[in-house]
Amino acid sequence: MSNLNSFRTCAALIGFLLLALCLPVSAADQGTVTLYSGQHQQMVRLLVSEFEKQTGIDVKVRDGGGPELANQIVREGQQTPADVIFTENSPALVHLQQKGLLAPVDEQTLKAVPARFNSGKGRWVGVLARENVLTYNPEMVDGSALLDSILDLAKPEWKGKIGVHLDSPDVMPVIKVVALQKGEDAALEWLQGIKRNADLYQHSSGLVNAVNNGDVAIGISNSYYYYRLREQVGKDKMVSRVHHFTNGDPGGQISVSGAAVLKHAQHPEAAQKFVAFMVSEKAQKMLAGSTVDFEYPLRRGVAANPQLKPMDELEPPQITVDELGDNRAALKLLQKAGLM
Amino acid sequence: MTPGRRRTNRKAALRASAQRPPALVLAAAIAVSVLVLAPFAVTVFDAAQGGIATTLSLLFRPVMGRLLVNTLGLAVITTLACAVVGTGLAWLVERTDLPGRRVLGVAAPLSLAIPAFIASYAWLSISNVFTGALGAALVVTCAYYPLVYLPVAAALRGADPALEDTARTLGLSPWQCFLRVTLPQLRPALYGGMLLVVLHVLGEFGAFALLRFRTFTTAIYAQYMAGFDANRGALLACVLLLLGLICLVAEHRLRGTRDYARTGQGARRPPVRYALGWLRWPALGVAVALMGVTLGVPLTTIGYWLTQRDAAAIATTGVAPLEVFWAALHSVGYGLAAGIGTAVLALPIAHLSLRHRSRLTTLMERATYLPRGMPGIVIALALVTLSLALLRPLYQSTVLLIAAYAIMFMPLAVVSLRATLAQVQPNLSLSARALGKSPLTVFRRIVFPLAAPGFGAAGALVFISVCTELTTTLLLVPIGAHTLATQVWAASSTFAFAAAAPYAAVLVGISMLATWLVAQRFGRSPIESG
Repeated sequence: MSNLNSFRTCAALIGFLLLALCLPVSAADQGTVTLYSGQHQQMVRLLVSEFEKQTGIDVKVRDGGGPELANQIVREGQQTPADVIFTENSPALVHLQQKGLLAPVDEQTLKAVPARFNSGKGRWVGVLARENVLTYNPEMVDGSALLDSILDLAKPEWKGKIGVHLDSPDVMPVIKVVALQKGEDAALEWLQGIKRNADLYQHSSGLVNAVNNGDVAIGISNSYYYYRLREQVGKDKMVSRVHHFTNGDPGGQISVSGAAVLKHAQHPEAAQKFVAFMVSEKAQKMLAGSTVDFEYPLRRGVAANPQLKPMDELEPPQITVDELGDNRAALKLLQKAGLM
Repeated sequence: MTPGRRRTNRKAALRASAQRPPALVLAAAIAVSVLVLAPFAVTVFDAAQGGIATTLSLLFRPVMGRLLVNTLGLAVITTLACAVVGTGLAWLVERTDLPGRRVLGVAAPLSLAIPAFIASYAWLSISNVFTGALGAALVVTCAYYPLVYLPVAAALRGADPALEDTARTLGLSPWQCFLRVTLPQLRPALYGGMLLVVLHVLGEFGAFALLRFRTFTTAIYAQYMAGFDANRGALLACVLLLLGLICLVAEHRLRGTRDYARTGQGARRPPVRYALGWLRWPALGVAVALMGVTLGVPLTTIGYWLTQRDAAAIATTGVAPLEVFWAALHSVGYGLAAGIGTAVLALPIAHLSLRHRSRLTTLMERATYLPRGMPGIVIALALVTLSLALLRPLYQSTVLLIAAYAIMFMPLAVVSLRATLAQVQPNLSLSARALGKSPLTVFRRIVFPLAAPGFGAAGALVFISVCTELTTTLLLVPIGAHTLATQVWAASSTFAFAAAAPYAAVLVGISMLATWLVAQRFGRSPIESG
């Protein structure tokens, strides 16, 4: 009876599936690290495979946005599956630090990086840094007419000429620095001006593409995306240029991408090893020399990718990562300005 | 008393007990209803946590107007567009002598197998022009018009030509006849299809995020990504839920209780086909152009990107065959597990609502339709909250992901199962019971074999929906797992079009194959009623 057979097959299949689904999701052994990563996947992949090769410790990666993952860890509380969190920008780490969810990072690890890039309380370590810039299309806008301050972009003459991914965790530090330097009211006014003038993008990759294609004249983004696009389309097809802000203007904010070990990590030792590896000479040189990452390595003595403007020639705002704090103020401003 | 007599008595007793639903089945049905309604309850509860002042300030914050205009505007425009395109094409295919109508009939539903976010990726990789409202309307109309086409085509096939004959003999022109006789007959199918389109548009995330069109759903996601508290997302979700419910009620009202069934007796003539005359060529041109836009552009674009390579800097995902294979395995595995699981979960409710009709069982059946008005992201966020609070071991597990799929796609399974279970004569089961077989044996040897096509259709429809699902998968997929959909998303949202291509190609291949199989194997009715 084929019907009976098919019933048995179905029943067996269901039983098998249920059994498979009920198997424990992760066996708790010392040989794994669970990483919540808000960084670019291709770069994390490099780090992880090198670390696995070196130590034999498996790394499981959950990808997401930095603030999203931080929020998730807050909600998970003591039972978080995460051992390490790695974000593109420091505010998400500060948020976790304020909630008391981060363990102290090993002294040795912290020492590898200049203190100004680390948490003042030693709860997270700076791994990489990225510069905020303007990319512009010289066929649409005169490079010499470009402004001294990102605040000028709120002026009416820039209407329809700029693009930005405003609710990106990359841009929130810029908003916060504007608020710190000029006050909350001025920052709100500036955001409202940007809202009037700008085309809102959902991803900085799309934005630098659009600038290069001539869809929009100017984009506010981290320089990372510009060099990534250049890698993709080739130097010759790169129409757009980078404009660096100077004199400590908020537009030239340098954001720190950092890592931390969770207080409730199930594999704290392996987690500390992984974080130490991230700022090791080998890992930092590997990233700086790669074709997938365009950030400044923060370990002392490791040279950045030669395409980037040398870090000591930049003139970023003098605001420490502790002063920058978390994203709450920036989110509140975005909400007041009708952008979120 | 003869044995025969005793048997009849027993049958009568069984028939009487058939009025009362078996306790176990009832318990199972109630459990499933609770599962289906849980995300709804959690969302409302979450949203209510904020306190009145915060809630009001969040509800009336500046961005809400914009979101409301965008969401409603696009919903109205695309629903009307889908209604016109779907109905027009269905009429051409079913009621005219259009050349190539058979091929068109097979091709038309296939764009349902290309998820809207993959179509967006295709259009976006051609030009940035397709961002914003224009692109969003185009992509959504292309992706969802089959939701109108399928039921309307079925209604046109099933309609009695006698009415039109009568109208024509009474002196109506073909156009008047279409507007005054044919169209009103199509109302239930048309409204049902339009309802599905609205609900899909309200819940669409991937396409709108790629095309930079902000709606409630993309705003919920943006807030979640920005790290806002859960109750803010829940509040937006409640607004979205409300919109969904309004649409459900409106459709119910509009459809009304009018009777569209044929009352005449005797055999029915196949519907009339109108001769298009010289109009057939322009009509064919329009239909072919439509297929070109809905199927040709996405498929050709994916094909083009398959031949390209992204620099390592851009490619978020590896394109090694092994990685594509693993992602495909996850998609198919989740699809199968959810397909079978959902069909099994839907069974008690489908059975009770059919064989033990009461206020409770009808209510349970109706409740399974509620998630149709809930976007995936709302269900996913609610399940995260729920599992963190109450069901900790399930957090980030495959079980939770499958449960989310089951909740979302339960209506598809219930509809398919009900349709075939209705055809299983209750007398067969009763006789077997009277002959001393246990309920389980009866189910195994009679009900299941007879209703197998319904199980197959239910499972297959859920399978297709799961393979093409993005939002819920993004939020609930277990650590380290990737599906085809999440890989396409990761790559295409960072403009790594070539890296996305192999995943998109395999995904579209699987879902088109499954769609075609469902259409061939199980007839058209389950899709049409889905």
